[in-house]
Amino acid sequence: MADSVTTSPHAVNAGETRRDFLLIATGTVAAIGAGLAAWPFIDSMNPAADTLALASTGVDLAPVAVGQRLTVVWRGKPVFINHRTAEEIKSAETVTMAELVDPQPDSARVQKPEWLIVVGICTHLGCIPLGQKTGEPRGEFGGWFCPCHGSQYDTSGRIRKGPAPTNLLVPPYTFTEEKQSRSVEGATHGLALTL
Amino acid sequence: MASHSPYEWKNPTVAWIDRRLPIFSMARADLVDYPTPKNLNYWWNFGSLAGIVLVIMIATGIFLAMQYTPHASLAFESVERIMRDVNYGWLMRYLHMNGASMFFIVVYIHIFRGLYYGSYKAPREILWIIGVFILLAMMATGFMGYVLPWGQMSFWGATVITNLFSAFPLVGSDIVTWLWGGFSVDNPTLNRFFALHYLLPFILFGLVFVHLWALHTVKSNNPLGIDVKGPQDTLPFTPYYTAKDMFGLGVFLIFYLFFVFFQPNFFGEPDNFIKANPLVTPAHIVPEWYFLPFYAILRAITFDLFWGLVPAKLLGVLAMFAAVLILALLPWLDRSPVRSARFRPIFKWVFWLFLANCLLLGYVGARPPEGINVYLGQAATAVYFLFFLVVLPLLSFIERPRPLPTSISTAVTPAGVGVSARGVAE
Amino acid sequence: MFGTFDRASAQRGWQVYEEVCHACHGLRFVAFRNLHALGFSTEQVEAIASRFEVQAGPNDEGEMFMTPAKAASHIPSPFANDQAARVANNGALPPDLSLITQARVGAADYVYAILTHYRDPAPEGFNLNSGMFYNEYFPGHQIGMPPPLSDDRVTYLDGTKATVSQMAHDVTTFLTWAAEPNMEQRKQLGITVLLFLIVLTGFLYALKRQIWSDVEH
Repeated sequence: MADSVTTSPHAVNAGETRRDFLLIATGTVAAIGAGLAAWPFIDSMNPAADTLALASTGVDLAPVAVGQRLTVVWRGKPVFINHRTAEEIKSAETVTMAELVDPQPDSARVQKPEWLIVVGICTHLGCIPLGQKTGEPRGEFGGWFCPCHGSQYDTSGRIRKGPAPTNLLVPPYTFTEEKQSRSVEGATHGLALTL
Repeated sequence: MASHSPYEWKNPTVAWIDRRLPIFSMARADLVDYPTPKNLNYWWNFGSLAGIVLVIMIATGIFLAMQYTPHASLAFESVERIMRDVNYGWLMRYLHMNGASMFFIVVYIHIFRGLYYGSYKAPREILWIIGVFILLAMMATGFMGYVLPWGQMSFWGATVITNLFSAFPLVGSDIVTWLWGGFSVDNPTLNRFFALHYLLPFILFGLVFVHLWALHTVKSNNPLGIDVKGPQDTLPFTPYYTAKDMFGLGVFLIFYLFFVFFQPNFFGEPDNFIKANPLVTPAHIVPEWYFLPFYAILRAITFDLFWGLVPAKLLGVLAMFAAVLILALLPWLDRSPVRSARFRPIFKWVFWLFLANCLLLGYVGARPPEGINVYLGQAATAVYFLFFLVVLPLLSFIERPRPLPTSISTAVTPAGVGVSARGVAE
Repeated sequence: MFGTFDRASAQRGWQVYEEVCHACHGLRFVAFRNLHALGFSTEQVEAIASRFEVQAGPNDEGEMFMTPAKAASHIPSPFANDQAARVANNGALPPDLSLITQARVGAADYVYAILTHYRDPAPEGFNLNSGMFYNEYFPGHQIGMPPPLSDDRVTYLDGTKATVSQMAHDVTTFLTWAAEPNMEQRKQLGITVLLFLIVLTGFLYALKRQIWSDVEH
């Protein structure tokens, strides 16, 4: 408008400063809002309440005899439970660390030596190793053998040969006295194993 | 959009890309430099608002689709899982549900603005017709989306609307069977509705792009309805109209999110909280509010035509589709050379009567078809079509428009001449 | 509008549901773990869940079997399917109550009114079918559900006197919560969001005015 041209340079400057301030302030508030608004979208892809509630599993170990292996499902993944024989325990404990790809003593992988609990997913590319059923190949080390790319695990679930980089994962678990099921909203429990 | 201004970009990376793919020049030409009439009022906010609502709908829709199961025995359950167990699932769904209503509110206002200010007249006919296609695509999308939760209203709404096609002679029942993928609305129907409900918004997006292309070719209309005479009549889109649109967006979001957070089921129906039951029809089936005027036109036709050659059912269906499609003919039905209703003393009144008539149709559509409602619906339907087919063509001969201002800039400047008091008030 | 659920009332309402309504009405969208939101502790929720049985299996013999519910289980419905429910209820189908307050015009008020407005005998001249009951608020006034509440029908753990209107009020509070457990979160977030938007829109308005201040329009 015609009037603004005739105003003093000082006033024009003040107007521009005010505009800059407003622009930055508004932009900041809007950016914060947009950032916060993105969160519900992202969070909706996280595990839902019902999925989390099912993340704990109770297993009764009583029927599993010495030498038997049992597969249970935990968070949609197979968990290998091996009621190890004295022989298997011995072979797992006597290995020297130098022989291992991913050195870890057996004692660090079990709570009770007779029970080995590992997630039955090959650490190479996610296949399920063989060896749970009698008659299936267990590899050179008496543990598990992955048919996809030939990874071999020992009786402690440690990688001994083949392309897998690390030992089979040990899931969080606790031994309990009696049968129970604790699965609270929002909680992520592991396995509850009953002897 | 078609053309881009040659612009020397200072940033070398930007310049390098722009020489090969002129996206920066295009963005600058269409989002920054685009010459916009300086006298646009707040009714012009609703176009960009509609575009933003479309983006919100697509975003929430994609995230909902990640959790939704399009199966007759699981759809209702998966929606309840979204509402109860999925993190912020209730927010996604309420945004989407209410967003549909907001979309129609915004687009209806946008259409009535175009009607009042004659935005459909030369050279904007194709722009307007693309808009009618956008409305049609929105209606199809909205209808199919309402079916997905698989509640009682979803199911019976789908049944009633798909049965409309049985009105067509000879092939009617075959068409309906084909639409259903079976002998009633069932799992195959739900599945294809989900596929199409996901697809259509992207077609809608494409149509919106073409709509904008046409707009930026013929440029925006304005409340005076006169052509832009030169640079003194326009302002660059940025910062002027970006600032105005952003403010409008803020106000709109307050309105929209009030419903989402405090009245999320205001536009919904209690019956849709009951899982679909093919053996029990709800006592009173009503479509979503945005279909009510068209639903009223459908039900208004209770008589056969041409000695039963065109039965009432077929006629009702044809009338309903015609009610939307007739909008596309508007540029040729209204022959008045003057665009804006500000300078058309009779049209201005006719416009408000037409708007009131549309609201009346909406009211009738929500009522049970009994007693006085039947006659009201028939009268309002007659008025609806008379407006387009008789009143508008005649008006261009009868009406004597007020004198037009010589240019936008003279009209909006206090010293301007040849302008009515109303023109200045904007 | 900015309401919260009355936890004590909703807990009593759960007791009414469990001891009275559950005999015929399911609540299939509510899981026991959800009851935490009413203020029940983990132990209380587990104790409640263990009073119900859900189907599990198949076991190693390939058979389905019943096992005590866990916190993660959904509340089991009293009947296997609609047909079984009708046979057991004189042809009437007791609706699932998960969404009952949203699925009826009048919402919570409707539920309360149904529970408290039985009339026996039916008004003079009303032709009541056998096995039906007169209810002032039920559409058509003939309802298949016998009056479910009578004074002291339940014994409240917190000592509240269990009158019909008290129980009806409590169970309605509970069912309103069950229909939309996220209501409180929704309203709280809503207040924050709207306040934020009002501030942002204020800024946007000031910016718009500032930008347009040099234009005659």
